[in-house]
Amino acid sequence: METVLRAKKVNKYFYEPEEFHVLKDISFEVRRGEFLSLIGKSGCGKSTLLYLLSTMDTDYKGEIEINGTKLTGQKQKQLAAFRNEHIGFVFQFHFLLPEFSALKNVMLPAEKLNKYSKSEIKDRAYEKLRMLDMQDYAMKQSSKLSGGQAQRVAIARALINDPTIIMGDEPTGNLDTANTQIVFDILKDLATNKGQTIIAVTHDPEFAQKSDRIIEMKDGEIIKQ
Amino acid sequence: MIGVNLEIARTHLLAKKRQTLVAMMGVTFGIGMYLLMISFMNGFNEYLEDTLLSSTPDIHIYNDIKTDYSHSILDQVSDTSRMLNIVHHPKPKDITPNIHNPKQIVSDIKTFDNILAVSPQLSSQVFYNNGPVQIPGTLNGVNIMEEAKLTNLQDKMKTGAIEDLMKVDNGILLGHGLATKLNASVGDLVTLASPQGTSMSFRVVGTFQFGIGSLDNIRSYVSLKNVQQLLGKDNQYVTDINIKMKDYTKAKQLAAVFARKYGYKSEDWQVANASAMVSITIRNMMTIVISFTLLVVAGFGIYNIMNMTIQNKLKDIAILKAEGFAGSDIIQIFLFQSLTIGLFGALLGLILGYAMSYGVYNLPFPKNEFMSITHFPVTFHVRHYVFGVVFGMLTTLIAGLMPSLKAGKIDPVAILRG
Ligand SMILES: Nc1ncnc2c1ncn2[C@@H]1O[C@H](COP(=O)(O)OP(=O)(O)OP(=O)(O)O)[C@@H](O)[C@H]1O
Ligand SMILES: [Mg+2]
Repeated sequence: METVLRAKKVNKYFYEPEEFHVLKDISFEVRRGEFLSLIGKSGCGKSTLLYLLSTMDTDYKGEIEINGTKLTGQKQKQLAAFRNEHIGFVFQFHFLLPEFSALKNVMLPAEKLNKYSKSEIKDRAYEKLRMLDMQDYAMKQSSKLSGGQAQRVAIARALINDPTIIMGDEPTGNLDTANTQIVFDILKDLATNKGQTIIAVTHDPEFAQKSDRIIEMKDGEIIKQ
Repeated sequence: MIGVNLEIARTHLLAKKRQTLVAMMGVTFGIGMYLLMISFMNGFNEYLEDTLLSSTPDIHIYNDIKTDYSHSILDQVSDTSRMLNIVHHPKPKDITPNIHNPKQIVSDIKTFDNILAVSPQLSSQVFYNNGPVQIPGTLNGVNIMEEAKLTNLQDKMKTGAIEDLMKVDNGILLGHGLATKLNASVGDLVTLASPQGTSMSFRVVGTFQFGIGSLDNIRSYVSLKNVQQLLGKDNQYVTDINIKMKDYTKAKQLAAVFARKYGYKSEDWQVANASAMVSITIRNMMTIVISFTLLVVAGFGIYNIMNMTIQNKLKDIAILKAEGFAGSDIIQIFLFQSLTIGLFGALLGLILGYAMSYGVYNLPFPKNEFMSITHFPVTFHVRHYVFGVVFGMLTTLIAGLMPSLKAGKIDPVAILRG
């Protein structure tokens, strides 16, 4: 299988409140369709690494390449467009736009991408919501959803543009066991049947165990992959 | 793509209706007050300029009697290097205040471009006799049709018609205030005495009102020939030449030309009304300063509210950026919000401004026998309204731009970390 993500000697420092070497010589590769779990103790730098991979944080040394495109050194505008098309991001705390309906939240990244017509986008958004069993809440204002419901809408939103990579920072951290299982199955299905790559930070050993591969970090270094 | 940004902006605006409305009202009030100010001030200035212009000729040529007594004829017979000639209380001798060759000058002036009317006049101080009381005033001997072109006298008539001055022997047009003092109306006879002591009787054919008390209380018009008779002068005797131009803004240059060419004092209307012109300029300045302040204050309101909005929307901005919206999209979203506030605020401001101006326009002017206005002078110029919208939009653009640019630069990671 081809390599879809490549990180080469990635280093990151924080300078506030004092200099702190948070990521040290991180190098690894991820193949297309792989379901990868990123684990490690709290504060070891998992989220920091994920933000770098997501192209939102550009303040690092080393090189990151996704889908054959070298992203290091690119302009913010191009990175935004790349992110829009190729990366779906799920945060631990759902983070929906409160004024919009669940459906609209899912639709927005697709409207930004502007690849499909409005009605197609709507159909696709419904389809993603249905995958997460949230179709009944499509018209509900997102600020009125429960935590678990909102998280599932957020996952649907991450899927809307059929991204190359889906990144999650504890995507199931807020869900009960049943819902965690549902989300895991969906992600697993996307990886095996659609060839989409999953990178998920998790504190759930069971979740990690079921995934294809585990990368374990400690104090800013990869200790096992 | 812009479509999504607009949609997000609209949703934001509608989600906080009250805040949006308050921001809009700031602009509405600013533009409304600006319009009221400018319409009212402009109306007042136009009214003043109008009355000034119609009562003052664009150019006034007259013989300014020189009173230069620094030299004496004695200087020629005695050596001034050794002694001083002192003459007590010198007086002019053999000086006449008239203009020589008026016919020639008038026909020469008429060959210039931009001349609408030339009216040679003979004016004199007179006493109007009202029984035992003598009222001082001025008598203007004119060719009434030329004079009408200068002053629009026909529009200022309260009673009678100007043409009657030519039909009736020894007819006279009296200022309204003067007629009231003399208790004279059309058909009555009034007697005038010249400074030389001669007197003549005139029949009132009409009364006029310029709306300037100092004029309406003293001035009257008769034919040029009548004044020449009263003063015992020949039919070439003229003291003033008044000129009306097609474009009165060019009066200054032409006045200078006439002064050099004919050797008489030649004064344009701005000089003649210098103090009034200064007050017009000051009023214009004040209007501009106050209007500007109002609009800037409205701008600060928008700046404030946009800053607050963005502060409350940091998380949303971070999410949008994570989804792939670029900094320029975020700028668009918030700029569109402030421009919408600006546009609707400004449009409502136009309505408010118009309504208030219209209200003032309909207010009766406090009753005043010296001024010929019945309501407050207010102008309704489209250019003021266009300027109001343009400037209102511009203020909101600038006020919205700073917070929006800041929003575009927000680092999503810092916010998503919490
Ligand atoms: N903006 C920042 N400035 C300075 N230090 C930071 C900043 N953000 C994170 N850190 C530090 O960097 C280290 C890594 O943080 P990170 O959030 O990546 O940990 P994590 O592995 O995701 O932990 P958790 O499992 O608790 O989410 C931590 O020690 C944290 O205190
Ligand atoms: Mg973390």
